[in-house]
Amino acid sequence: MIGLSADTNANEIAGFGSDPWWIIAIKVVAIFVLLILLTLFNIVFERKVVARMQHRLGPNRTGPKGWLQSLADGTKLMFKEDIIPKAADKVVYVLAPIVALVPSFLILAVIPMGPEVSIFGTETRLQLTDLPVAVLFTLAIASVGVYGLMLAGWSSGSTYPLLGGLRSTAQVISYELVMGLSFVGVFLFAGTMSTSGIVAEQERLWYGIILLPSFLIYLISMVGETNRAPFDLPEAEGELVAGWGTEYSSFKYAMFFQAEYFNMVNVSAIATTLFLGGWRAPWPISAINDGMFNTGWWPLLWFLGKVVLLIFIFIWLRGTLPRLRYDQFMHFCWKVLLPISLVWIVAVAGMRLAFNEGLERNQILLYGGIVVAVLLIGSLLIPEKKTPAEPEPEEREFDAFAGGHPVPPMPGQEFVAARIPAATTQTDDRTEESSRA
Amino acid sequence: MGEAALFWIMAPIAVLGALGLVLSRKAVHGALSLAVTMISLALFYIAQEAAFLGVVQIVVYTGAIMMLFLFVIMLVGVDSSDSRVETIRNQRAAATLAVLGVIVLLTAVTVRATLPEEPAGLTQATPDGNVAAIADLIFGTYVWAFEVVAALLITAAVGAMTLTHRERIFNRPTQKELSIKRFSEGAPGDAAGLPVPGVYARHNAVDTPALLPDGTPSEASINRVLVARGAARSTEEFRHRPTPADIEAGATETRSSVEGEGRLASDADEPAAGDDDTTGGERA
Repeated sequence: MIGLSADTNANEIAGFGSDPWWIIAIKVVAIFVLLILLTLFNIVFERKVVARMQHRLGPNRTGPKGWLQSLADGTKLMFKEDIIPKAADKVVYVLAPIVALVPSFLILAVIPMGPEVSIFGTETRLQLTDLPVAVLFTLAIASVGVYGLMLAGWSSGSTYPLLGGLRSTAQVISYELVMGLSFVGVFLFAGTMSTSGIVAEQERLWYGIILLPSFLIYLISMVGETNRAPFDLPEAEGELVAGWGTEYSSFKYAMFFQAEYFNMVNVSAIATTLFLGGWRAPWPISAINDGMFNTGWWPLLWFLGKVVLLIFIFIWLRGTLPRLRYDQFMHFCWKVLLPISLVWIVAVAGMRLAFNEGLERNQILLYGGIVVAVLLIGSLLIPEKKTPAEPEPEEREFDAFAGGHPVPPMPGQEFVAARIPAATTQTDDRTEESSRA
Repeated sequence: MGEAALFWIMAPIAVLGALGLVLSRKAVHGALSLAVTMISLALFYIAQEAAFLGVVQIVVYTGAIMMLFLFVIMLVGVDSSDSRVETIRNQRAAATLAVLGVIVLLTAVTVRATLPEEPAGLTQATPDGNVAAIADLIFGTYVWAFEVVAALLITAAVGAMTLTHRERIFNRPTQKELSIKRFSEGAPGDAAGLPVPGVYARHNAVDTPALLPDGTPSEASINRVLVARGAARSTEEFRHRPTPADIEAGATETRSSVEGEGRLASDADEPAAGDDDTTGGERA
C-alpha cells in the first residue's frame, strides 16, 4: 500500500507502485466518480426493475425516462432538516455515518478493472493498487464499515435503533465468517491472494464454474453482509421502524444510504474479480479475433457489465423473496452454510493436493465419481426412517361457526347451509364475554 | 521518509486512543478508542511491509473481537457510566504498584536489549513474501504448539457450551401451533392479535390507547409496561366531544360559528356516544 523501499521483493506485486503521481490522482478520482455514478444509476435501476416485477412503471418523470430521479431525491435529502435526538450521544452519533461511508470508498482501490492501458501516453493498469493480501484487505475494510451501523444503533439513544444495531453486528460477524471461508477455495486454486493475480489465473476457466459451491456461498453471504433483502433484518420496517437508521435524517441518512449502495457495488466487484473472471470477456466474445476484446479499454465494459448483472441479482432477490425470521436466518448461517463451506474446503484442498501429486483431471473425476457412486449406493442401504403415519383427521361434519368463528369448509368437507340461529346466539355470548370494555 | 511522516501522524492518534480507553467514562467510548489504537497499529504493520499481519489485525481484532465486546457493552445502554466506587479495598494502590512494576520491567528489558549492527531486512527474512513465511512458521516450525493451542481453544469453547447448555423439556411451540392455539383456545376477538394503538388527528404513538366502539379506551392496545411506568397518555386530550349545542349548530349553521367553541366545556357534559359521528367528520 505504501511503497517505501525501492527494491522489489515478494511483498510487492509486479506492475504496481511505479505510476507517476498524476496517474494515481486520476485513478483515485475516477474510482470516486465511478462509485457515485453507479449509485445514482443503481437506485433508479432498482426502482425501475422492482416496479416492472410488480407491474408498475417506476420513476419516469425526472430527466430522460426518469433516470435523474435519484439525483433529485439526493439533492432534496441534503436540504432536509438535520435532527439530533436529545437522548443521543452526540459525538458518536455524528461519527457513525462517516465510519460507515469512508471504508466503502476504499475497496475498489484493489479491484482490477482492466489490463494495461495507456493514459496520456503512460502505460498503466486499470487498478489503483494491489497487495499480496488484497482480498483479505477487502474483508478488513468491510469489517470496519460495520462499526458505522452498530454505532448508529447505539448512539441514537432509542430502542429500535439499538435492536437494529445489535442485529446488524450479529449478522455481519456470522456472514463474514462464511464469506471468508468461500474465499479459501479461490486462494487454494489461485495460489495467491492478490486480486490481479487471481484474475490472471482465471484465463482458462472462471472460478465461478470450477468452484461453484464457493461461488453460491459467496453470493448468499454477500447479501447478508450488505444487509439487503431478504436479509435486511437490521432495518426490518415491519418490526424495527427503520432499524439503526430510525433517528437519522437529512445528510447523515444520505450517507448511510450511499454506504449501502457503495457496498453493493463493492461486493459485486469482489464477486466479479474472484469468481467471474474479473475484467475478462465472457467466452464467445473472448475468442473473437485472437482475444482482441481482452485488451485496451474493452475489459472495463465487461467488468461493469458483470457488476451490473450482480446488482440486478440483488434487486431480483429483493423483488422476489420475503424477509427471513431472525432465528431462521441465524440457523441458516451457522447450521447450513458454515458446515457446507467447511466440507467443501476439505474437498477443494483434497483436489488441490491430488493435482499437486500429479493426478490427471480425468483420473480425479473417475475416482471422485466412484466415491460419489459408493456413497449413493450406501445411502440406498440405509433403512428409510419410518415417519409416524399422520393420524387421519376424523371426518367431521362441516360447522360454519367452529369455535364461534365463521370458517370455510376444509378439504373433503362439504358445504352445508350454516345453522345460523344456533350459531348466532353462541357467538353473541362469546363476543360479549371477550369485549374488553 | 513516507514511513516517518506516517509514524508522526499515526503515533499520536494511537496514543490518544490508548489514553481514551483508560480515561473515558462511557464503556462504548473506551471500546471505540481501543478500536482506533488497533487500526493505527495495523497501519504501522502495513507500513513496515507486514501487510498480512496488519490486515489480519483488523479482521480479527477490530472486526471480530472488538465487535463482540461492543455487542455486550451496547446492551448496557447509552446513559450508563461506570461507577467510581472502589469495590475491592486498596485496589487503586495495588494497581498503581503493578503499573510501576510493569514500567520498570519494560524499561529494563528495552535498555538491556542488544540490537544487531545491521538489520537483516524483510527481503532477507521472508524471501517468499509475508504469507508464505508466516505459513512456514505456523505449519512448519511451530506446528505442534499451534495444534496444541487450537485443541485448547476448542476445548474451552466446548466446555463453555456444555456448562451453559440447557436441555429442553418440552418442544418449543412452533408458529403454526401457536396460531392454532390462538384460534382454538383464546377468545375469537383476539385471534388476529392485539389491537393497534390509537391514531388521532394530533397524536399517533404507542402511548395512547385506541378507542373501542363504545368510546372507551382499549387497554389491550397499549403496552402494559408503559402503563406501569405511568408513560401512557389519556385519550381525553385528543378526543373531540361535541356539546349538544355543537351538534345543533353543525346541523344548521355554517362551521365558522362553532370554531373554537367549548373544548373546555365539552369535558363536563358527555353526549350520547352515537352522536360522535354526526360532527366528528367535519371537525377532524
